[in-house]
Amino acid sequence: MEVRVSNVRKEFDRFPALRDVSLDIRSGELIALLGPSGSGKTTLLRLIAGLERPTRGTIFFGDEDASNRTIQERNVGFVFQHYALFRHMTVADNIGFGLKVRPSAKRPTRAEIRRRASELLDLVQLGGLEKRYPAQLSGGQRQRVALARAMAIEPKVLLLDEPFGALDAQVRRELRRWLREIHDATGHTTIFVTHDQEEALELADRVVVMSQGRIEQIGTADEVYDTPNSPFVYGFIGESSSLPVKVEDGQVWISDRPIGLATPELADGEAILYFRPHDIELLEECNGCIAGTVAASRRVAGTRRVELEIGGSRERIEIELPVGHPAAQKSRVAFRPKRWKVFPKAVEG
Amino acid sequence: MADPELYPADIHHEHASLAVTERPLARAALMLLAFGFLAIFLLLPLVVVFEQAFSRGIGAFLGAINEHDTIAAIKLTLLVAVISVPLNLVFGVAAAWAIAKFEFKGKAFLITLIDLPFSVSPVISGLVYVLLFGASSLLGPWLKLHGIVILFAVPGIVLATVFVTFPFVARELIPLMQEQGTGDEEAALSLGANGWQTFWHVTLPNIKWGLLYGVLLCNARAMGEFGAVSVVSGHIRGLTNTMPLHVEILYNEYNAVGAFAVASVLAGLALVTLVLKTLLELRYGAEIAATRGH
Repeated sequence: MEVRVSNVRKEFDRFPALRDVSLDIRSGELIALLGPSGSGKTTLLRLIAGLERPTRGTIFFGDEDASNRTIQERNVGFVFQHYALFRHMTVADNIGFGLKVRPSAKRPTRAEIRRRASELLDLVQLGGLEKRYPAQLSGGQRQRVALARAMAIEPKVLLLDEPFGALDAQVRRELRRWLREIHDATGHTTIFVTHDQEEALELADRVVVMSQGRIEQIGTADEVYDTPNSPFVYGFIGESSSLPVKVEDGQVWISDRPIGLATPELADGEAILYFRPHDIELLEECNGCIAGTVAASRRVAGTRRVELEIGGSRERIEIELPVGHPAAQKSRVAFRPKRWKVFPKAVEG
Repeated sequence: MADPELYPADIHHEHASLAVTERPLARAALMLLAFGFLAIFLLLPLVVVFEQAFSRGIGAFLGAINEHDTIAAIKLTLLVAVISVPLNLVFGVAAAWAIAKFEFKGKAFLITLIDLPFSVSPVISGLVYVLLFGASSLLGPWLKLHGIVILFAVPGIVLATVFVTFPFVARELIPLMQEQGTGDEEAALSLGANGWQTFWHVTLPNIKWGLLYGVLLCNARAMGEFGAVSVVSGHIRGLTNTMPLHVEILYNEYNAVGAFAVASVLAGLALVTLVLKTLLELRYGAEIAATRGH
């Protein structure tokens, strides 16, 4: 099922949580809504689910306008961060709930519901735990049950709100892989919310980066990582270093020297240069480069991070060098970013 | 909690940590104090009630009970409880639901209103109804014209009882429902359940123990209410006397055995509800523990 969000705005007590958001989700896609808290990602998910109504705009399920459909009519599977399992019901009853509450004409028989529950439990690798209560399960097991329960109603779309947010790192990684496998096996259109970029980049077909109620960028993991389209995305996804620069005649300047980077499409003026600390080439001779004095250097796992003081402006940036690289011993390092982007200063604020 | 494979986090709560445990002597003193206090101020008076009731033998006790006015009082008390407790059950659940699950203007005011019967003296609660429905009130002439009798009759007693016992169910449920949040309900709705199914299958089971406590407290107060009912009942023997009022009348007539006999029945009803509650807890103890949070 394709889901189309079209110019949606959502206000809570006049405060805009989402401003004019549009998003096309293809059938069978696994989409991550990624952003810091307060970026509106959960609001967007709840709007798609029908747990909230948009202040303005439309949400389409396929070709149908679903904006005024209730959550029951939309037939979505929703998985909550804190599981929201029914405490007084066994695991099997939890999973069968969505089938049990169907109108009698569409309700499967009791035996059929039990069979479906067992089947789904096997799918989430918890076969044999039918008679347990949620309190008798670990966090990871509870979230698996919650997913099985959401899938029991054969939803058109699967929506997960920070599904692994309450779990510890080890279990998160394990469940992440497992969710990908389930998605590949069942082919549900799946949208999940996360503030964990690693989770989003590893798991999703496409990542929707959000900030302050707006979508900053939509793209594959490679696209949002390699070619961020805004200072926010640069700063939010992966490590990044930034440096105030000047653009003149299509060249990037630091104080009074061009650094050998050309930006023909950018107008003259103050700007900020962004690059990845590891995505640089070291230069022996400075023939248009960024040069700095080593201010600090520390070993982080397999690399060495070097903090450089650039020029007289006392701007500090970080670059990453392989451990044991001779440059780390020097007091001055010259380099040029291999992949980089310059944004006009006004955009940043 | 019969399952042996519990997770450590679930077990920890059941044992107080050693660091915060008092020394044995202090513990014994605290327990002695608590039990001693309860024995003197609660248990002893209760024993005295029964002792007095049976002081002239079981025959005198039965005689005092098996009297027309007494039986009428018992019936009236039960009738009032049977009407007002279900009403407050519905009102209480509705009010708690509204307060805990929705955001709306005037919420704080509604919470204050619910507490009103607790903060106002029951006598004043009764007087309010006299002022509202009495012969010289605004509504009085209209009621009289249409032959509706509220004051000094069963409707007035029920109204006063409902007013006084309103907070019990709501007060018990509001913190419970606030703590539980709306996650479970949203989950049920997303699975296709309609409002009623969500209430019956999800909300009600989550709050049933709190609701039961609320109802038991509400019932105890409904049967025992004196002040408000005293003002609106008119003390007509055999007609508008509830058990507490009847006890007072008998006592004022120096009929000690009669007064204590009725009092012991009243206390007995309260004890029955307590025993009922304990039995339910014993029977469903595992389930209560399992449904109390994760």
